[in-house]
Amino acid sequence: MWKWLHPYAKAERAYQLCNTLLPYFAVITLVCLVIGWVWGLAYAPADYQQKDSYRIIFIHVPSAILSMGAYSSMAIAAIIALVWQIRNAELAVISIAPVGAAMTAIALLTGAAWGKPMWGAWWVWDARLTSELILLFLYFGVLSLYHAFEDKKSAGRAACILAVVGVINLPIIHFSVEWWNTLHQGSTITKFDTSAIDPSMLWPLLINIVAFAGFVGLVTLIRLKNEIIQHEKHRPWVRELVGRGE
Amino acid sequence: MQFESFSEFLAMGGYGFYVWLSFGSCSAILLAIFISSLRDGYKLRDEVRAQMRREERIKQAKQQEQV
Amino acid sequence: MNPRRKKRLLTVVAIVFGVGSAIGLMLYALQENINLFYTPSELINGKGESHEKPFIGQKLRIGGMVVPGTVERDEDSLDVSFKLADTGPTVTIRYHGILPDLFREGQGIVAQGTLVETNVIEAFEVLAKHDEEYMPPEVAEALKGIKHEKPKYNLGNEN
Repeated sequence: MWKWLHPYAKAERAYQLCNTLLPYFAVITLVCLVIGWVWGLAYAPADYQQKDSYRIIFIHVPSAILSMGAYSSMAIAAIIALVWQIRNAELAVISIAPVGAAMTAIALLTGAAWGKPMWGAWWVWDARLTSELILLFLYFGVLSLYHAFEDKKSAGRAACILAVVGVINLPIIHFSVEWWNTLHQGSTITKFDTSAIDPSMLWPLLINIVAFAGFVGLVTLIRLKNEIIQHEKHRPWVRELVGRGE
Repeated sequence: MQFESFSEFLAMGGYGFYVWLSFGSCSAILLAIFISSLRDGYKLRDEVRAQMRREERIKQAKQQEQV
Repeated sequence: MNPRRKKRLLTVVAIVFGVGSAIGLMLYALQENINLFYTPSELINGKGESHEKPFIGQKLRIGGMVVPGTVERDEDSLDVSFKLADTGPTVTIRYHGILPDLFREGQGIVAQGTLVETNVIEAFEVLAKHDEEYMPPEVAEALKGIKHEKPKYNLGNEN
């Protein structure tokens, strides 16, 4: 596997890989997002308890899952960057962070708009909500650390270390609903076997999760391309590429 | 289709405000980060191009000096 | 101090502050959730191994099921009272205000308020807790034999 992966440590090859993958992600995101939203908003049946307000689930759960998924990918990239000293992995960390922050913000906002009519409060200091808020701060921390240093080498190292340390928060978010007495209910989607959600609602939810995953991938690739150009802008291959108008 | 009419669809059984607030803010955030990422890319490429032109001019000026 | 060092120092301070406030928030959430959280039987019989009971006038949170048939609404105000239970004794909750849409008999709720008598709480906040199950009404009726109706307010101006 390493032999196969090794060429992508080179910036030019990584850039080309981004270009190859981009259209697939774009198509998957667009198709799934349209189907998922139309299905979720107009065709999925209303919930027996929460009526139509539960439709927020179709963006709340995907964004919450992806806020954690993006963080784990970012942390894996950070470990690779720290241990193998691969510059591209460091650039990946910086490319994922803003997208992950956006997902976290969406999860928090949609959660508030769902909590107000159902629970009776926009926000409660519940373990699930608090740990998700801390996730947002972690993303901001990684980004501001990277941009605070003039010397990009130490900037990258500092950002990566924070990204890795922050992984502790992920199990806390996931198990918060079991460890503490939270107002937030347990996970719906991990309980496939007990069918916590009716299939007529599960399918549009899964499609939306794919759509959000595609979106995270798509924007990460766009940002990664930008970061590679930024770092290699004096290299001939970038000049040739930009000169061609790509 | 779960809704009889478009106005019923907008009302979301009385939860319209919350549902559309969520979907609205979600689309705004998704669009904002997507567009800003693309624009960063265009700006960066323009910068590189400008730099290349500047270097070209410097090179030409130096050649003229030598002549 | 040169500007680069100054910037770096500021960053470090910002991060220490950020991590500090994050831990603070977490502790705050935990304190709210654990120390002050009671179930109705814990409230009456005492909590933990030492059977610690809350004192009158203490601010606390209580979670339990709304006992069916105990919800009493005042005819011409938003005052409402109901009984809360888990496995044993019941506790009376008094509340003034609009209840969340999910509030109904048999529903799990979390109330925050002051203990006014050993088994009466004057709540200033009532939050409804729901489970992670989602299904269409027909399925719910077939599966659980329950039909959920939105609670009716005595006041005509609920919206």
